[in-house]
Amino acid sequence: MSAPLLEVKNLRVEFPTRRGTLLALDDISFDIAPGEILGVVGESGAGKSLTGAAIIGLLEPPGRIAGGEIRLAGQRIDNLPYEQMRAIRGRRIGAIFQDPLTSLNPLYTIGRQLTETILTHLPVSAEEARARAIRLLQETGIPAAEERLEQYPHQFSGGMRQRVVISLALAAEPELIVADEPTTALDVSIQAQIISLLKRLCKDHGAAVMLVTHDMGVIAETCDRVAVMYAGRICEIGPVHEVIHHPAHPYTSGLMGSIPAMDDTRERLLQIDGAMPRLNAIPQGCAFNPRCPQVMERCRRDRPDLSDAGRTHAACWLHAQETAT
Amino acid sequence: MLAFILRRLAQAFVVMLSVAFIAFMLFQYVGDPVASMLGQDATAEQRMQLRADLGLDQPFPVQFAHFVGNALQGDFGLSLRQGRSVSALIVERLPATLELSIVAALIALLVGIPLGVYAALRRGTFGSQLAMTVSLIGVSLPTFLIGILLILVFSVTLKWLPSFGRGDVVNLGGWTTGFLSFDGWRHLVLPAITLSVFQLALILRLVRAEMLEVLRTDYIKFARARGLPNRAVYFGHALKNTLVPVITITGLQLGALIAFAIITETVFQWPGMGLLFIQAVQFADVPVMAAYLCLVALIFVIVNLVVDLLYFAVDPRLRIEKPAGGH
Amino acid sequence: MNTTAVPAAPGALARFFDGDVWHSFKSSPMAITAAVIAAVCVFCAVFANWVAPHNPFDLAAVNLSDSRLPPAWIEGGSGTYLLGTDDQGRDILSAIMYGARISLFVGVASVLVSMVVGVGLGLLSGFAGGKIDALIMRVCDVMLSFPSLLVALLIDGVGRAIFPNAHDTLAFGVLIVAISLTGWVQYARTVRGSTLVERNREYVQAARVIGVKPSRIMFKHVLPNVMGPVLVLATIHVAAAILTEATLSFLGVGVPPTSPSLGTLIRIGNDFLFSGEWWITIFPGMMLILIALSVNLLGDWLRDALNPRLR
Repeated sequence: MSAPLLEVKNLRVEFPTRRGTLLALDDISFDIAPGEILGVVGESGAGKSLTGAAIIGLLEPPGRIAGGEIRLAGQRIDNLPYEQMRAIRGRRIGAIFQDPLTSLNPLYTIGRQLTETILTHLPVSAEEARARAIRLLQETGIPAAEERLEQYPHQFSGGMRQRVVISLALAAEPELIVADEPTTALDVSIQAQIISLLKRLCKDHGAAVMLVTHDMGVIAETCDRVAVMYAGRICEIGPVHEVIHHPAHPYTSGLMGSIPAMDDTRERLLQIDGAMPRLNAIPQGCAFNPRCPQVMERCRRDRPDLSDAGRTHAACWLHAQETAT
Repeated sequence: MLAFILRRLAQAFVVMLSVAFIAFMLFQYVGDPVASMLGQDATAEQRMQLRADLGLDQPFPVQFAHFVGNALQGDFGLSLRQGRSVSALIVERLPATLELSIVAALIALLVGIPLGVYAALRRGTFGSQLAMTVSLIGVSLPTFLIGILLILVFSVTLKWLPSFGRGDVVNLGGWTTGFLSFDGWRHLVLPAITLSVFQLALILRLVRAEMLEVLRTDYIKFARARGLPNRAVYFGHALKNTLVPVITITGLQLGALIAFAIITETVFQWPGMGLLFIQAVQFADVPVMAAYLCLVALIFVIVNLVVDLLYFAVDPRLRIEKPAGGH
Repeated sequence: MNTTAVPAAPGALARFFDGDVWHSFKSSPMAITAAVIAAVCVFCAVFANWVAPHNPFDLAAVNLSDSRLPPAWIEGGSGTYLLGTDDQGRDILSAIMYGARISLFVGVASVLVSMVVGVGLGLLSGFAGGKIDALIMRVCDVMLSFPSLLVALLIDGVGRAIFPNAHDTLAFGVLIVAISLTGWVQYARTVRGSTLVERNREYVQAARVIGVKPSRIMFKHVLPNVMGPVLVLATIHVAAAILTEATLSFLGVGVPPTSPSLGTLIRIGNDFLFSGEWWITIFPGMMLILIALSVNLLGDWLRDALNPRLR
């Protein structure tokens, strides 16, 4: 088993506000192996995008990392000064954001944005950078790549723009890509294309992916492993097939159960009662306990850590071994 | 693009016509030109004669056409106050105002834009707070007061700089310029600074606000996520996106510059069009007012057109392009 | 059976004082200082009759032998005239207070007129749509491209030409009209924008379905919700209107000479700058700056406080 590419240990992110400090990420831990695709799924506000932002070091102030560590290939990156982190961004960790329409600078040609990125990180000549840019565009399936280099973002459709964004993220040959809801803003018909493109390219370039999304379908298609987040914590993590078909955590079961299948006949959609708690009102003990159909007394008191639940790892007292105090 | 230009030209034409109309109305109905020309003791026959001579008994559209025809040739009649041809007066004064305005605009741009960028990038530091406070004072101080204060400090107390007139000017075939003599420049300093203050403060605040907006966009975030150095992010991407709306708004501000030139010229007794206009207003010298109005409208229309074309040239989204292809 | 009342959307004024804005005010020393200064100036201006130590318009009380006295802290000054006297022996401090009153009066009146005209036209434009909207917006565009000072000067000049021997009230009227005619456009545009947004909200649709008259919807439901930005505009506009009036008076085409505003005082004092009696023009100038600056600061703070995106 090779060493993990990305290790996140006990990560805490907080937001100091006028009304007190909000803990947005509470003790997150997970690993990503080289070349692996890890999905991060959860409702809006669960902390998925924040995790990605923390990893690439672009947390919006006043948010800040309050504890834990992030390691890239063994090296700590969460406490690096800005300049050093900047060298890592793009070169070793790439990022893809949700809205391709606003991700590209409307006043610069695609070619300029591509070559600029390549030249920043790779010691190549301008011609070589241009050649690489063309190759990247071709790889992402954009026809007439050479002409397209001189065009502006508004001359591309939504799906094409996201392809350009993907090529920009891969331009400097990073080892890890953080993709934050890459298909949410796209037409359904295009989503599948983009996702499979992402998967193929990352395999070809040998990049691992942290795929953040709220769409379980995408996760099922693409990922090797998946982490389920709830209220700033990871409640379950494991291989995709296991998490989907044999979830250990009640929240995950609820999530999977609420997705109607094509061959299902149902009168009512299943739902989990209640709503995810707001950051300033997280219950004591397990964050899910007010809504959990299998809640026990202990759940209300003590917070469970991730532990082996057989096929997956879950943060749930149903499966936790009694830790020796 | 051609359609765009034609449309704008048509609009410009309509605006000019309306302004001409207003000017014409001023001419005809505000004050009695006959009485002002002949004085109080004219006989009835003399008045009738003059009316016929001036064509005042013609139907309205004919008179208007006459007026426009004359205006296009630059003929606005005689100044009620000075008796000289209005167009001659204006042409005489034009260089003074233009030189003053250009220098003031340059000061405002060359100081305002860098300071605005600084205030945005170093947000929250003492320097930026200072810049913002000074700029707030700049828009709160009326231009004439700035002129008076400058005169108090630099002319009365320190006696470094003169406080009225243009100084030595050189006549270059009709265009009198103050740029070619040291004395001319000395006289230009205080009025130019006075005129530029409001613009400068406005540009500073505008640039800062725009830049802060731009710095929050997704494409800047993405640029940072690609690991581009700060220099490229700020001065490559952010600055260009900031300056596009700023430059166009600044162009449109030219109107304010011309208006404030009136004040500045009054305070410093600068012999330009603005001073001429004020004297006309005080005296109810309608021909001069009407001519000034038309000239200013013309300048606006031209500047607006240039600004629109500039916008077109700078922002690729406005150009007609091939339809977006494929997926 | 009663008709069910359409629930009115929460008034902007109620939201105003709740939480964030008030908190922002309390924690901003600049806003508090500005508010205090503005309040003091307004107080002195409004109650000048009682607050001013002398009455500069009472010819009997003015003493020519006391003319051109410097401020009290300079050699030659006297405690009776704290800020000195002008060439006629009038106390500068009192003149400032009376002058401020005129300036404030013209400024506030112009803003009120602008606001009424602008908000009204904006509501109409946004609500009626179609040709009316297009027409009003065209007019706005044209007016916006002309600098306000120029328009004010023109109207004033024309007024002068039409009524060469106007008495004071008329002169004031012309002045106020001149200043307000240049200011209404901003209100109209802002209100139109908000109206267009509110028009598509459910509560307006609901009111229409029930059959409430459009004008009633406009005034009772939409108007309270668009007042926030209008308030910010009005605050900043008051400062601008005061400065415009001062400029016009300084240029000699503003308020009639019998009711000198701060601008008039500055103009009069300007003549004495070179002979060394700087206080005659500088102190009215300071007062003008204080008022304009404090109001501008308040407006600035208000805009930031009401803008949820800048937090």
